[in-house]
Amino acid sequence: MSNLIAWIIRAIPFGTIIMYGAMGEILTEKSGNLNLGVPGIMYLGGFAGFASAFYYENNASAPNGAVCVLLSLVCCVAASMLGGLIYSFLTITLRANQNVTGLALTTFGMGIANFFGVFILNGKSYTAAPLANSAYAHKLPFLSGLGAVGQTVFGYGFLVYAAIVLAVALHLFLNRTRVGLNLRAVGENPATADAAGISVTRYKYLATCVGAGISGIGGMYYVLDYNSGIWATTGQIEALGWLAVALVIFTTWRPLNAVWGAYLFGVLYWLYQFLPSLLGFTVASYVTDLVQMVPYVVTIVVLIVGSLHRKKENQPPAHLGLAYFREER
Amino acid sequence: MSDIQIKEPLIRVVKRDQASMRQKIAARGAAILLALVLDALFIFFVTGLNPFSVYGVMFQGTFGTKVRFSWAVRDLVSLLCVGIALAPAFKMKFWNVGAEGQVLMGGLMTALIMVYWGDRLPAPALFAVMLLTSVAAGAVWGLVPAFFKARWKTNETLFTLMMNYVATSFVACAVNIMRGQASSLGKLNMGSHAGWFPTVFGQRYNINIIVVLILTFAMYFYLKYTKHGYEISVVGESENTARYAGINVAKVIMRTMAISGAVSGLCGFLIVCGRDQTISTTTAGGNGFTAIIVAWLAKFNTFYMALISFLLVFLQKGAAEIASAYSLNDYAASIITGIILFCILGSEFFINYRVIFRRERRAK
Repeated sequence: MSNLIAWIIRAIPFGTIIMYGAMGEILTEKSGNLNLGVPGIMYLGGFAGFASAFYYENNASAPNGAVCVLLSLVCCVAASMLGGLIYSFLTITLRANQNVTGLALTTFGMGIANFFGVFILNGKSYTAAPLANSAYAHKLPFLSGLGAVGQTVFGYGFLVYAAIVLAVALHLFLNRTRVGLNLRAVGENPATADAAGISVTRYKYLATCVGAGISGIGGMYYVLDYNSGIWATTGQIEALGWLAVALVIFTTWRPLNAVWGAYLFGVLYWLYQFLPSLLGFTVASYVTDLVQMVPYVVTIVVLIVGSLHRKKENQPPAHLGLAYFREER
Repeated sequence: MSDIQIKEPLIRVVKRDQASMRQKIAARGAAILLALVLDALFIFFVTGLNPFSVYGVMFQGTFGTKVRFSWAVRDLVSLLCVGIALAPAFKMKFWNVGAEGQVLMGGLMTALIMVYWGDRLPAPALFAVMLLTSVAAGAVWGLVPAFFKARWKTNETLFTLMMNYVATSFVACAVNIMRGQASSLGKLNMGSHAGWFPTVFGQRYNINIIVVLILTFAMYFYLKYTKHGYEISVVGESENTARYAGINVAKVIMRTMAISGAVSGLCGFLIVCGRDQTISTTTAGGNGFTAIIVAWLAKFNTFYMALISFLLVFLQKGAAEIASAYSLNDYAASIITGIILFCILGSEFFINYRVIFRRERRAK
């Protein structure tokens, strides 16, 4: 039982990281932009959030948790949106290839984050922002104490719940508002949307930049909450970013599916550590290496099943990955 | 007398039919120049160093000593080999983002055979088996997404991307088994050197260089002058046209991806036997992703690929050199590469499209 609780407590924060990444990417892909720069954007967001919190904590005379949260959030979203803006300018205005631009953005974002990260590290192998971490990881005061349920449901920082709220909001926005309908039209068939008087360029820019902002929060959540406010120069965020891209497929482009999908991915990711002890047997460490492929295999299966059934509502946006040029229809 | 008011946009964009060679070179040159200026600004504002002397140091990264040059060429051929592997797939508009995994699978088979059969087989047989299995493993890794793409139109970008991580997992598992209790794997067959490429013409990496050189010519010829190559470009332009012309699209897709995967697998073989003599999850080292950019920018021409690979490796080596000379860190390379790629990608626009300003048109 305690193992199961420990497993869930690991899985939900992990899922939250990729849920942010995936929700941003869903919004982006709904406009027809396949942004493979998600890992880079998560690096940018994570680094900007961390760096701003770190400088604030070390330079303010009386650092305040709320200010720290606000500042790091603003910096994180701004930096991620800048990344999205680079991608948007190249793919929408200059009509560069989306896959290649996204991969270049991943290289670039990772470079920026780790290069300046090393400046901050200043010789140490890692460094911490304890105040930001405690502010982000602050649990609900009463509810989190209530036994197993309290621990597994209420025992997380506020960004975990914000992610769920955001998923619902995104769902309502895409399916219940006119702007959301227009956005989907742009992703499905930009020429028709254009003829209906929708500004394709504006929708694509906004969806991609806002989407990047959301994805970036995932990176920041990883650094300031999941990783206890420690910046370490590792490739971990990149792997998380690709997992977020996988999650988008898994959800069949629906934000509500991202909630349980992300938690499922979290459970699958930690499968290697908790399943053996839960079932009461030990496995060799090389087996755990194999178990780590499970989330990816599941995604592949979803991808295949989706293409076998060809149900209309489970397909990617029809114009995903293609640039729109009005004179070429 | 009233003119009809037509709202004329300030800037219009018109598609070009065919850019001349001069326009192409001008756009590319301008892009690289812009990137160098941006990089110089970056270097100056971050480090306060004189960008020109930094660029001078950068030059040393590749051309400083004989050893460095040979390392640069070694990395160049690894990158180029993956680029060559991707060329046929991309020409077919099949987004093979899975070269990383295909290289890993090839390298994994090579390493396994090197370890377990290294002392049982005579050298020529050992190399033959390693070559065949690595090529087969890469081909299978490419064929699986291609099969689903050809049969059910499963999205290949996402499929191949996921296959990378499945391959990583297999390699992590195998490395774990092979190293046993040791903390890391180290070089394979350290004592016997079985399965290591010998030194030819006085250079450790010459076999890799020669093989990739042959591949460069072979793939250029394959894509440009063979029936297969023609079929690939027709399928890439329009599947419907291909079908109408009697081309078996599914067969072409699967065959091409098998070739693409096979060359990637071969690259894994070259890396393990000729460069690293070991295997790890980072054996492909991101080349699978960088090569996508190389193949795309070169527009599937293997000789341009060599040029672009050289540019990228030069930058990476240069940035590493800057890093050690000015006690910065290696990630400067990623930033500089990223800026250059953004600029080159942006310059494609001026090759494919013409920008017309309002005033220019009135003058006519």
